[in-house]
Amino acid sequence: MIVSVASGKGGTGKTTVAVSLALSISEEEVQFLDCDVEEPNASIFLKPQIEEALPVSIPVPRIDQEKCNFCGKCAEVCAYHALAVLPGKVLVFPHLCHGCGGCSLLCPQGAITEVGREIGTMEIGRSGDIEFIQGRLNVGEAMPTPLIRAVREEAKKRRNPAAVTVIDASPGTSCSVVEAVKGSDFCILVTEPTPFGLNDLILAVEVLRKLGIPFGVVINRSGMGNDKVDFYCQENNIPILLRIPFDREIAVLYSQGIPIVQGKKEYMERFRGMMDHVKELSRA
Amino acid sequence: MKQILVISGKGGTGKTVLTSSLAALARGAVLADCDVDAANLHLVLHPVVKEVQDFWSGQKAAIDYEQCINCGRCLSLCRFGAVKTLKNQDGSLKKLVIDPVACEGCRVCYYTCPVDAIRMEDRLSGQLFISETKYGPMVHAKLGIAEENSGKLVALVKQKAQEIAEAEGKTWLIIDGPPGIGCSVIASLAGVDLALIVAEPTLSGIHDMERVMDLAVHFGVLAKVFINKCDINWDNTRTIEEICQKRGIEVIGRLPFSEEVVRSLVAGVPVVKFSQGEIAEEITTLWRKIEAIFGEGVVLSGKKEQRF
Repeated sequence: MIVSVASGKGGTGKTTVAVSLALSISEEEVQFLDCDVEEPNASIFLKPQIEEALPVSIPVPRIDQEKCNFCGKCAEVCAYHALAVLPGKVLVFPHLCHGCGGCSLLCPQGAITEVGREIGTMEIGRSGDIEFIQGRLNVGEAMPTPLIRAVREEAKKRRNPAAVTVIDASPGTSCSVVEAVKGSDFCILVTEPTPFGLNDLILAVEVLRKLGIPFGVVINRSGMGNDKVDFYCQENNIPILLRIPFDREIAVLYSQGIPIVQGKKEYMERFRGMMDHVKELSRA
Repeated sequence: MKQILVISGKGGTGKTVLTSSLAALARGAVLADCDVDAANLHLVLHPVVKEVQDFWSGQKAAIDYEQCINCGRCLSLCRFGAVKTLKNQDGSLKKLVIDPVACEGCRVCYYTCPVDAIRMEDRLSGQLFISETKYGPMVHAKLGIAEENSGKLVALVKQKAQEIAEAEGKTWLIIDGPPGIGCSVIASLAGVDLALIVAEPTLSGIHDMERVMDLAVHFGVLAKVFINKCDINWDNTRTIEEICQKRGIEVIGRLPFSEEVVRSLVAGVPVVKFSQGEIAEEITTLWRKIEAIFGEGVVLSGKKEQRF
């Protein structure tokens, strides 16, 4: 089973929930994927032993100057303007390239080969019994999705079908969130009871509806703002899976990198209960 | 005109709280919300939309089933997994379908289809709004759900905001940035005079602050750090100050955690206009410092303005 954790708004507690969920069910076989590759934080809480660090690359064109006759086909077919052909010269802008392979496939001279351009690192290790995989985008790289895709593929290769995979996604509603949550059996949306939390929850719900993934909501810092998130969930028949109260002690644990289930033992049972609920809902 | 961008790396550190207050303090600013996939600034500044523009960006593939012979060439060549197969009950291929969410519009399928059964359609990826607020004009946007090209939409928001600032002779462009360090943050940083990094004293916050700091430095943008919720963990606050000192980056102010901020959010009012306490004072001091950085040298379309 694949359970992803997403939010719309940043800083609502995705990592808190994902990490605690994984720890609470660690007698099962658990895989944890940190797919927030721009700002991966789960390792701060899970403290995994990293066993392998693999560079992740996307294929970008390399022009064979001997074969190229500067016909301009590659620049014409590139949808991302990653190539420009001048008289006697081809310019390649690797940061714009999405790695689709169109130019090398369509070059009439066979003058284009592809070489890897590193965009980040995938780190694989273990945190106790949990298999841990995270992506870390290189600073200055614009495109997180190929790295997220690589993490998901690696996880799929290693995965025992009976295992539970927990995915920590990035904030927002755009392509990197889609890449992180797609194919999950259930998605937990973490929000906070403020106008910002509600606004972004509604956007995240739209993403999941579009992808056809069943979901429920965790209200973090419950009691802090107002009760409009509750009303929204009720009106839209969205199950509220868990409430984590607004509590300074929890904020301090978080600041120290201590998972809530370790700092406040009673949460172990609450997260385990949430997982049972999630399993039930995903079957329904 | 000077551009101030508020970023954080980590989400939820208080970018929008700070941006909205700076907007209220800066007289003569244009405001922009560059967090185009989960924008929040409008919830505090309540813009009245004057103009809506559709944001068309990129394309997506579509299959013409009159022509398609199910040869599967598109399926084998698509690197984004955007071509999916629908099977008949006996397991044979019924038809190929394009997943518009996965399609990155590269056109490989379009160019290679042996029977020309693929057409490319322009993609409506979002909307851009030009609005008016109590505190000045505001440019904001909404990226379509699950769309890509947020960097391009951010660039467009900034371009419009700059045009307005120049046309109206505004002194400041104050920009609410997105979280992370990817395409939309990179697009937000272009041409910025000051990146104000809102950090929180948590281990995650420190980690993310350092990465976004690296990014600002990478693009040669002046960065300063503002520590929010500094009393959540004083050891971490000191760590942030030490990191900044080592890197030669000024800590330009800090705020304790306050429920007053939450109440101002619920009220939908910039916190500096909501109450007159410590929080409002600290943010006002921050704004004074920002003014002082550029202060007397700010050139206003031909004339100079002395602020204090």
